[in-house]
Amino acid sequence: MLYRTAGQFKTSYRADQALFPIRQDAFLLGLILVCAWVVFPLTASEFTFQTILTPILIYSLAALGLNILTGFAGQLSLGTGAFMGVGAYACYKMITLMPWMNPIIAILLSGVFSAGVGVLFGIPSLRIKGFYLAIATLAAQFFLVWLFEKWAWLYNYNASGAIQVPNLDMFGFYVSGPQASSMTQYYVVLTIVSLLTYLAINLTRGNLGRTWKATRDMDIAAELIGINLMKSKLTAFAVSSYIVGVAGALFVFMWRGAAEPNLFDIPLSFRVLFIAIIGGLGSIMGNYLGAILIVGLPVVLNTVPGWLGIHVESALLEHLNIMIVGSLIIFFLIIEPHGLNQLWRLIREKLIIWPFPH
Amino acid sequence: MELLNKIFVAPFADMIAAPDFLMQVLWEGLVSGVLYSLIALGFVLIFRSSRIFNFAQGIMVVFAALTLVGLHEMGVPAWISVALTLGVMFLLAVTIERVVLRPLVGQPDIILFMATIGITLFLIGFGEIIFGGENKVMITSELGIPTGDIVLEPFGGLLILQHIDITAVLVAATLVVSLLLFLNKTRMGRAIRALGDDHQAALSVGISLQTIWVLVWFIAGIIALVTGIAWGSRAGVSFALEVIAYKALPVLMLGGLESITGAIIGGLMIGMLEKLFEIYWGAPLLGGNTESWFAYVLALVVLLFRPQGLFGEKIIERV
Repeated sequence: MLYRTAGQFKTSYRADQALFPIRQDAFLLGLILVCAWVVFPLTASEFTFQTILTPILIYSLAALGLNILTGFAGQLSLGTGAFMGVGAYACYKMITLMPWMNPIIAILLSGVFSAGVGVLFGIPSLRIKGFYLAIATLAAQFFLVWLFEKWAWLYNYNASGAIQVPNLDMFGFYVSGPQASSMTQYYVVLTIVSLLTYLAINLTRGNLGRTWKATRDMDIAAELIGINLMKSKLTAFAVSSYIVGVAGALFVFMWRGAAEPNLFDIPLSFRVLFIAIIGGLGSIMGNYLGAILIVGLPVVLNTVPGWLGIHVESALLEHLNIMIVGSLIIFFLIIEPHGLNQLWRLIREKLIIWPFPH
Repeated sequence: MELLNKIFVAPFADMIAAPDFLMQVLWEGLVSGVLYSLIALGFVLIFRSSRIFNFAQGIMVVFAALTLVGLHEMGVPAWISVALTLGVMFLLAVTIERVVLRPLVGQPDIILFMATIGITLFLIGFGEIIFGGENKVMITSELGIPTGDIVLEPFGGLLILQHIDITAVLVAATLVVSLLLFLNKTRMGRAIRALGDDHQAALSVGISLQTIWVLVWFIAGIIALVTGIAWGSRAGVSFALEVIAYKALPVLMLGGLESITGAIIGGLMIGMLEKLFEIYWGAPLLGGNTESWFAYVLALVVLLFRPQGLFGEKIIERV
């Protein structure tokens, strides 16, 4: 009923290919955007910003980057964490070398560095495929994290070996560092995430996106119909690593405030991969749904025993968390291997034809 | 010039000057290589029979070792706890097949791969709750494994061979030989290989997918237990052991995902080369700890020339 499409006619090919073929979709997105831009910031507490809203956005962005590589171009990568690290360290170096730089510009530029590194580690993908490539991306993961640890220039020869985010201001507001308010940081993250998501949607719908999809579905066939595989795979690596790098810079500058090399180790890569896969490979919205689930779940699991008046030790709770996340991953893979996005698509189909079954 | 000397001359001069030390390094590398091979073998078995890239092999090693030590701590005699642990690994294989793999038959590889990561997380949480996270001592002497060492004096130097290492190498060799015999000479083994070649053809001649999958995961569990005992007696048993799973992945890449020979030779090569590199190049020139990535970079370079690994099946692509 809510999704009734009666009366919405398409009279041109252009209208049929529009971003929102159904009016209700546009309305729904508008509602979500209003919530994200106005309602949440007005109602959320410091705790909500720090533990839910900002991390969900940042993880979604990282998953979006990975999804472009794995879901759209079909190149499985297990090195996302390290590429986030490249973005974060690049941003840190730029900010400390050029303190006058606008922080948002620095964050957006830091993606360029991770894109370069991504292309470098993407070159083997021209020869190596499937799981071999996945393990090859682990080379990037381990090598880069080792580099973050050993190359003291990267963290300005700090004794601690960690990077500390300085106080940075923009138009009179602190946007990062200990003095920045969570709400400002949230808005910065939201702006960048919205912008990059919009670009990603249009990129994947366009010529480049179709080239990627052809490469994903069968690269030899794609080559035979005249797609330049090198261009297609390397652009996928570049765009994906760019987004992942920006996510990494946001991760440290807008959320964590400090970072050690092992923060970017393999658990982070897997976390982002979970989000992308549970959300749905080859979808944009899935990344958000996946991030809400993966980031929100531990928060829920931590607070529920308190509400029920059950006292659980924190160590036990942490292990229970890992266990539950593990079983949920299996559960979601079994009920819908194509991810939460597919689940939503099915619901939407059902709603459109409701109350009739067919 | 100085740098070139450090890279191309000095390490080799060191090797020749102290051949006993070189032999010690190679021996240490060989022993860890054997363990890498064992883990890789578990991967290969499962990959060949089901095309599942089993990420959980590393955690199965930890889980098996923890179960063994945990049972012994409860007062069960050593050898009975080995038998019980095997029982637990069998139950694990059945559960994984029933709960995880059966509903996911026919899904894309990446979905099954993710499912094994799910299994990994589950086992980490489960193991930590039951056995606790602290480092435990492997019950080496209780199992009758000798713990002394042999001291040899080649070239007038010292070469120390730990008994546990020798035992590990011997046990691993026995395991590999019996596995190869099992795969090549028995009915079940042939069924496993048939399933690896072509699922549908194997099903149509009456090979049961379910039985074989349970069997393969159980064998992987046995391998995990042996690896766990061998590695645990060197470094203790804790979840830190899980990292050796990451060591087995480049072995697979180097040797080829389908090849048992590849897993063994790849493991030995990586074990020895990474030790050599770390001692003679990594520590003096690059600040050490190069073992975390050396194997991957080595495998990556080899893969650029042979995309299917050294011993993998030739990749034939058709449209």
